[in-house]
Amino acid sequence: MRRSLLFLPGNQPSLLQNGTVLPADALIFDLEDAVAADEKDSGRYLVSSALRHLDFGRREKIVRINGDAALREKDIWAVVRAGADTIMPPKIAGAALLKEIGELLDEIEKEAGIEAGHTKLMPLLETAAGIEFAYESALASNRVVALALGGEDLAADIGCSRTREGKELLYSRQRLVIAARAAGIEAIDTPFTDAQDNSGLLADALLAKSLGFSGKLAISPQHLKGIHQAFTPTGAQIAYALEVIKAMEAGLRSGLAAVSLRGKMIDKPVVDQAEKTLALARASGLLAAAEEIADAE
Amino acid sequence: MNPKKMAVAGTLESSDVMVRVRPSEVLSLEIKSPVLAQYGDAIRQTAAEVLAERGVTAAEIELIDRGALDCTIRARLETALERSLD
Repeated sequence: MRRSLLFLPGNQPSLLQNGTVLPADALIFDLEDAVAADEKDSGRYLVSSALRHLDFGRREKIVRINGDAALREKDIWAVVRAGADTIMPPKIAGAALLKEIGELLDEIEKEAGIEAGHTKLMPLLETAAGIEFAYESALASNRVVALALGGEDLAADIGCSRTREGKELLYSRQRLVIAARAAGIEAIDTPFTDAQDNSGLLADALLAKSLGFSGKLAISPQHLKGIHQAFTPTGAQIAYALEVIKAMEAGLRSGLAAVSLRGKMIDKPVVDQAEKTLALARASGLLAAAEEIADAE
Repeated sequence: MNPKKMAVAGTLESSDVMVRVRPSEVLSLEIKSPVLAQYGDAIRQTAAEVLAERGVTAAEIELIDRGALDCTIRARLETALERSLD
């Protein structure tokens, strides 16, 4: 489950250790923009040590590595051997570099005794070329589990200003979602960058959800609540999804491929959507309670 | 490998530790920490493990602790030792 993915600065011990208790679905240990150029070695050692020695529970451990070739290779060697689940390479635009990183991961996993293919990739698309080649990036390797959008760098690259409403990113967001979903992987939205603006964050997260994103990057722990609110099904949505499944099961027993529920036609696409809602509810720990209520009724 | 030059890693911010490493004829370790009485032995043990893993037998090492976790002490000492070899 990747509703919320929280960036943690890779060279700040006090913030890294907060990751053991913050309610994010995934933590992104940042070795790129959050670490000064002359402290790259320090950040790499600190993140690696944190991965080895701190208990982050079930949170996915993602590391945003550096784009520079020499730093990139050192970062990947260090953090994969330390237990990173997923590598986030920045400024990806196409399959070539992802394939190269995939081959390096093959080598590291073999040498370190890690199950082949264990380490996943979540490329960050944050340039105009990155958006243009989104589908190619999504299909570059079986390791690619999601495409993530980096809106700030993208806006700078295409020469527009970021706004609270984010209309300047609408095409890029939709393009990324289509590419990711066509490849059968997840789409992760850009962070909302005003840490104090919770209503703006919620609106931005609801927009991302409505466009088909499965989760959202976060630069502040204050944003986790709003992101979870946007990406977790409501009680009414879960109850409706359960009704849809029951109605279709009854229809199939009668030999029907489509049934009616509350005056609306229920067919396979509606059932698929209901199953996605229930899968997310189940992963969020909400389904058991909802099923108990439905059974009681 | 023993240090070839002076090197520093870490900061004096809360939850961090600043490590200073210098070349020396002998191995010495000085720890300054607000929790020295409670955790001095644990900090010394962590430092000794890192030094042993890296084969350091002669160095002057100073740790100025600001309440760092074990993993931070390890990382900062490893960084300073690595920098002292460049």
